[in-house]
Amino acid sequence: MDVNVHQREIKFKMGVVPQENNLDPDFTVYENLLIFSRYFDIPEDEAKKRVDELLEFVHLEERRDTMTDSLSGGLKRRLVLARALINRPRLLILDEPTVGLDPQSRHLMWDKLKGLKKQGVTIVLTTHYLEEASQLCDRLVIMDNGKILVEGSPTDLIQEHIGSAIVETDNDPNIISCLDVHQANYEVLGDEIQIYTDKPQEVTDHLLSECKLTSVTARTATLEDVFLKLTGRKLRE
Amino acid sequence: MDIGMYFKPPELTSGAFKVWRRNKDVFMKNVKLNFLPPFIEPLLYLFAMGFGLGLFIEEIDGVPYAKFIAPALISVSVMYGAFFECSYGSYVRMYYQKTFDAIIATPLSIEDVIIGELLWGATRSTISATLMLPVIALFGLITFPHSLLIIPFAFLAGLLFASLGMCIAAVTPNIMSINYPILLFITPMFLFSGTFFPLNVLPEIVQYIALAILPLTHVVIIIRALTFGTPGWFLLTNLLWILVVCAIVFVISVNLMKKRLVI
Repeated sequence: MDVNVHQREIKFKMGVVPQENNLDPDFTVYENLLIFSRYFDIPEDEAKKRVDELLEFVHLEERRDTMTDSLSGGLKRRLVLARALINRPRLLILDEPTVGLDPQSRHLMWDKLKGLKKQGVTIVLTTHYLEEASQLCDRLVIMDNGKILVEGSPTDLIQEHIGSAIVETDNDPNIISCLDVHQANYEVLGDEIQIYTDKPQEVTDHLLSECKLTSVTARTATLEDVFLKLTGRKLRE
Repeated sequence: MDIGMYFKPPELTSGAFKVWRRNKDVFMKNVKLNFLPPFIEPLLYLFAMGFGLGLFIEEIDGVPYAKFIAPALISVSVMYGAFFECSYGSYVRMYYQKTFDAIIATPLSIEDVIIGELLWGATRSTISATLMLPVIALFGLITFPHSLLIIPFAFLAGLLFASLGMCIAAVTPNIMSINYPILLFITPMFLFSGTFFPLNVLPEIVQYIALAILPLTHVVIIIRALTFGTPGWFLLTNLLWILVVCAIVFVISVNLMKKRLVI
């Protein structure tokens, strides 16, 4: 369907969780959902049923008569999610769904989104939390300045750009020359060196035996490493 | 810039009535509080001006002063009801509450939202006028059944003032700046539209200006003729003026707001 021609039809099948919680402050939790259901032409009886289900789904049954202004950030976010689901969307769009949330609320949001994914809802989300992207995405795109840098599944991207692991050690000229000799794939970041590898054990042993190291840490590579490698470490703005 | 874009007729769909209903529901949540001003306001004005100031004014055009200003009180409240709802009220919903943003993510369009707001503004005027009628009737200042026509007329006049308010909300850089159009347009209308003294005591040129650009002048003429029980064909000119201006400002206000929200 063309968005310019079938805007209404498309919006009927879509749910949106905007970055800003634009709940209706003139109404309670329950009323927010019920009034939203009218915009989708959902008959009132059916709407009431769905509102009850959704309040249970996001654990807000106890707050149904609270005005939305007095909800905490996490509760507001859950209500916005529930609101986006009132029309049983086939496509759910979320803009930074967990920004500013405490870890419990964030994990709850992730659980809900995973559940929706299993039910077959297509989810498109933007996020700066790379852990969130690794947890939720089947396919992901890293963008910088409006351009797509890479796309693929989180594990593929890590494997392709970093390798499976990272060995971190102190910045030291001796180590650098030692690494150069071995043609290692490394990067210097301030007073730290990161070595990208698929064989962390070997590299660590090597470093410890040949390069006289004081400290070495080996860890699994993450999407964050890919992101920083691709977009650079300079602060934006 | 294409000036024609401001005159593009908007599409009226059932979506507008859903927005209207949302605003009605908010109003009904505080219905007792919202119903009070239309009862109290005319009492204050009637006591202060009609019976206080009125002691010094014998009669205007052969009618007691309180009877002269009674229709003006209704007209002013029709103006205020819609204008404030669609200037401050709509601005707050748009800018602070982000209510419009939330609604246009649903199948409703921007036009639905703005038209719904305007229809609600007109409804506020109708509610005010309807509630004021019995209060003023208690003092025997209006004629029935003619005055009942004020109720449907208040919706039309209200739509005009709602559209004016919406234009302001669409162009104002911030909420404080809404004071200026009120100071420069609404307050002069309150004073110089034949409200508290007859238009014909003003210099002729001012009379023409009032008739040409102050919508309240026409509203007062019509409502006064109805409360006096003396309607006539001459009112059709005033009605036509209001209809035409209402249609134009309505369309412009929707397009101005659309422009503000899309960019």
